[in-house]
Amino acid sequence: MGSMNPSIPSKRNSLNALLDQAQTLSSNSIRDEIVSQIHQTGSTVCQDTVRYTDENKMMRSEKLDRILTSKVWGFPIMLALLGIVFWITIAGANVPSAMLADFFGWIEGYLTLAFHALHAPDWLHGVLVLGLYRGLSWVVSVMLPPMAIFFPVFALLENFGYLPRVAFNMDRLFKGAGGHGKQSLTMAMGFGCNAAAIMSTRIIESPRERMMAILTNNFVPCNGRWPTLILLSSLFMATGFAGGAQTLVTASVVMGMVLLGIVVTLAVSWALSKTALKGVPTHYTLELPPYRRPKLWDTILRASIDKSLFVLKRAVIIAAPAGVITWILANIDVGNLSVLEHVVAFLDPFAKALGMDGFILMAFILGLPANEIVLPILLMGYLSTGAMLEVDNLNELKQIFLDHGWTWLTALNMMLFSLLHYPCGTTLVNIYKETKSAKWTFLSFLIPTVIAIGVTFATTQIAHAMGWV
Amino acid sequence: MSQSSIIPLTEGLPGQRIRIHHMTLEGTMRRRLLDLGFVPGSEVKVLQRSPLGDPVAFRVIHTTIALRKEESSQIFGEIIGGEYHESTH
Amino acid sequence: MNPRTNPKHSQKNPFRIALAGNPNTGKSTLFNALTGLRQHTGNWPGKTVIHAEGSYQYDGDAYTVIDLPGTYSLYSNSADEEVARDCIIFEKPDVTVVVLDATAMERNMNLALQVLEMADRVVLCINLMDEAKKKGIYINEKSLSKKLGVPVVKTSARNRDGLDRLQKVIQEMAYGRTKTNPYRIRYSDELEEKISALEESVTSTFGDRLPARWVALRLLDGDQSLIDSLHQRIELHRKEVHNHGVDESLYPVEA
Repeated sequence: MGSMNPSIPSKRNSLNALLDQAQTLSSNSIRDEIVSQIHQTGSTVCQDTVRYTDENKMMRSEKLDRILTSKVWGFPIMLALLGIVFWITIAGANVPSAMLADFFGWIEGYLTLAFHALHAPDWLHGVLVLGLYRGLSWVVSVMLPPMAIFFPVFALLENFGYLPRVAFNMDRLFKGAGGHGKQSLTMAMGFGCNAAAIMSTRIIESPRERMMAILTNNFVPCNGRWPTLILLSSLFMATGFAGGAQTLVTASVVMGMVLLGIVVTLAVSWALSKTALKGVPTHYTLELPPYRRPKLWDTILRASIDKSLFVLKRAVIIAAPAGVITWILANIDVGNLSVLEHVVAFLDPFAKALGMDGFILMAFILGLPANEIVLPILLMGYLSTGAMLEVDNLNELKQIFLDHGWTWLTALNMMLFSLLHYPCGTTLVNIYKETKSAKWTFLSFLIPTVIAIGVTFATTQIAHAMGWV
Repeated sequence: MSQSSIIPLTEGLPGQRIRIHHMTLEGTMRRRLLDLGFVPGSEVKVLQRSPLGDPVAFRVIHTTIALRKEESSQIFGEIIGGEYHESTH
Repeated sequence: MNPRTNPKHSQKNPFRIALAGNPNTGKSTLFNALTGLRQHTGNWPGKTVIHAEGSYQYDGDAYTVIDLPGTYSLYSNSADEEVARDCIIFEKPDVTVVVLDATAMERNMNLALQVLEMADRVVLCINLMDEAKKKGIYINEKSLSKKLGVPVVKTSARNRDGLDRLQKVIQEMAYGRTKTNPYRIRYSDELEEKISALEESVTSTFGDRLPARWVALRLLDGDQSLIDSLHQRIELHRKEVHNHGVDESLYPVEA
C-alpha cells in the first residue's frame, strides 16, 4: 500500500479516463471470446498432459447415484440413513451417558463431604454443588455422548459426499416452496447447531432466499434439543417396548419430529415467498462431486474437535451461570413460595392450554440462552429441594414426570414446543449479526413462537375433544 | 426426434449425449454455466433426473452438475449419441 | 541470506500464501493439513464471506496461509469470487497456490488459467492424486509445468502425500528463487490490439502494482465489480494519505 503514488486526485481522473476508454473499446462478444478461449486452452493443455485410461472407473459415482438418487430408492435411502444416524446416536449414547452420570454423582458425594469438612455454609454448598456442579454434570453427561457420536457420524456422511445428493433429491420441494436449493444444506448444518447454520446460509447468494433459510432454520432440531426429544420419546413414546425395539421406536419418533420440522420449514418458506419475501427463485447450479471414501480417524478427530467440543464448551459456559441462577430463584422465598414457584403459578393457566404446565414453560423461558438447559431446569423445578436432580438415576426420571401429572400428551407437546419454538439466544444474536436488522431478528423469534403455541394448542384441544387423554 | 435437430437440454433423456449449440441465458447464470463447461461445442451427457423429476444431473467435462429446468431449458444442443436408459432401480 | 540464522520471515512478518481453487478440490483439507489447528476464521471486511487464515513453520520461516473461498472462476459472478480476486490482485500474496482436482483437470484449468493471467508467483497443486490413481488418470506434471510456466506439485492432502514438496516449492518461490513464465492466453488479433491499447493506460494509472494486461482485459469485459474495487482502493488510499498528514492542499480534490 505504502508505495502508492500520492497524487490521488489525478489518479482518480485517470481512472475515469481509463474506464471511458475501456467502454469505447468494449463490445458484447468479448465475454464469450474470453471464456471460449480459456476453455480451448484448458482443453488443449489437458489433452497433452492428462490421460484417462478407464472411462468405466470414471463413472462409478454416477452408477452409485443411479441408486442413491433414483426415483424409487432416493427418498427411502435418505430416510434410512437419517434413521441409522439417529439410531447409532441413541443406542450408543445410553451407556456412556449413564456411566458419566454415575461418575459425576460419585464425585458429588466427595464434594459434599469436603464442604461439610470445611464447615462451609449451606447456601454455598447449594450454589456451588447443587446449582453449578449439578447443572454442569447434567449438560456434560446428557449432551457429550450423543454429540460425540452424532457429529462424527454425520461428518462421515458429509465427507463421503452424500449431502449434495440430499440437496439434489430435495430441490424440487424447495423450489416449490420458493426457496433456494442450498437451503437443505444449511438445514443439515442445523442438526448440529442452529447458530452455526445461520452462518452457513452465506452459501445462498440471493438475499431473499437467504433470509428464508435463516427464518426457517430453527425448525431443524439442534443438538441442544435432542436430549429433550430423545429422552421424552424414549420415556413416553416407546413404553411397552424393550431393548432394541425400544431404541428403534425412540429413533422413529425422533425422526418423525425431524420430518415434521422439514414439513413446517417448507410450509413457512412457501408462506414467506407468497408474502414478505415475494420473488422468483434465483438460478442455481449444484455440483455433485464424486463419492470419496472418508478418512475415518481424521474425520472423527476433526468433527470431535471442531464441533463436539465447541458446542459442549458453549453449553458449559451458559449452563454454569444458569444453574446458579435457577438455584437462587428456587431458594429465595417471597411470602411462602419461592420466586420460581410464583413464576410457575403465573404461567400455569396458559401452559395448561398448550397441554404443558407452568414448570415446562418456565424452563423454556429460562432456557432461552441455550436449549441444552431446558430439561435440567425443568427437573430442578419439579424437585422440592430446589436443586437439580442428582444425575445418577436416569431411570427414575419418568416417575418424577408422572408425579407431576404428565401423560403422553404432555410429553408430545413438550417435544413439539421444543421443535418449533423460538431459536436460542446465540442463534438470535447470529441472526442479528447476519441480517443487521432488528425487524427480521424479531420475526425470526415471533414466527416459530406463534407456530409452537398454535400447534401445541391445537394438539391439546383435539386430543381432549376426541377423549384421547 | 431427428438426429440433427436442436433441442433444449430439458428434452434430453438419461444416457443421451448432447453437443451444446447455444444458450439463451444471460448475465451471471450464463457466466456461471460457461465456467462449469456448458460451452458451445462441448459435450454433455444426461445422467439422471432427481426423484421428483427436477433437477437433472449432467456430466460435463468429467464433473457432474445438476440444473433446474429453468436453466436447462435455455441451453440448446443436438443429440450426438448415447443410449437412453431409464433409471433401472 | 540464510533464513535459519537470520529469520527474516518470523512470526511477525510471515510469508503470505493464498490458496485458490474450485469447490470440492480438497482445498480445505490441504489448508488443514498445512496449518493443523493454528487457524482462525472471521469475515472479509464488508463481505459476508468467511475468511480463514492459518499458519505454519517451514525450514525456519513463518508462513500465513489464506484459504480463499472455493470458486469456479474469478470473473466476479459472486461475493466469493470478488473476495478471492481482490486478495490475489490487491493484496498480492507472496505465493498464490491454485489447488486443482486431479479427477477434473479440464474444468479446474479454467480457474488456473485465470490466476496465471493475474499473478506471477503461482504454484499449481494437483490434489486428490489418490482418487485420480484409483480412476486410472495419469497426469504428466513436468509437461504441464513446462506448458504453463509455473511449478506443478502433485499432492494427496488427506494422506499428507506431497506436502513436504509443496512447502519446499512454496519456499523457493517466496524467496524469489523460482523463475516463472506464467502462460498468458493469446486472444484474437482484434482483442489483443484493444488489450495493448488499454494496457498502457492501466500502467500509467496504477504503475506496476496491478497486473496491467489482466486489468485491461477485465475492463474490456466491463467487469463492474472490479471497477468498483478499483474506485474503492483509490478512495481508501486517499483517506490513508489524509490521515497520515500529507498536505492535501497540494492535491486539490476533484468534485
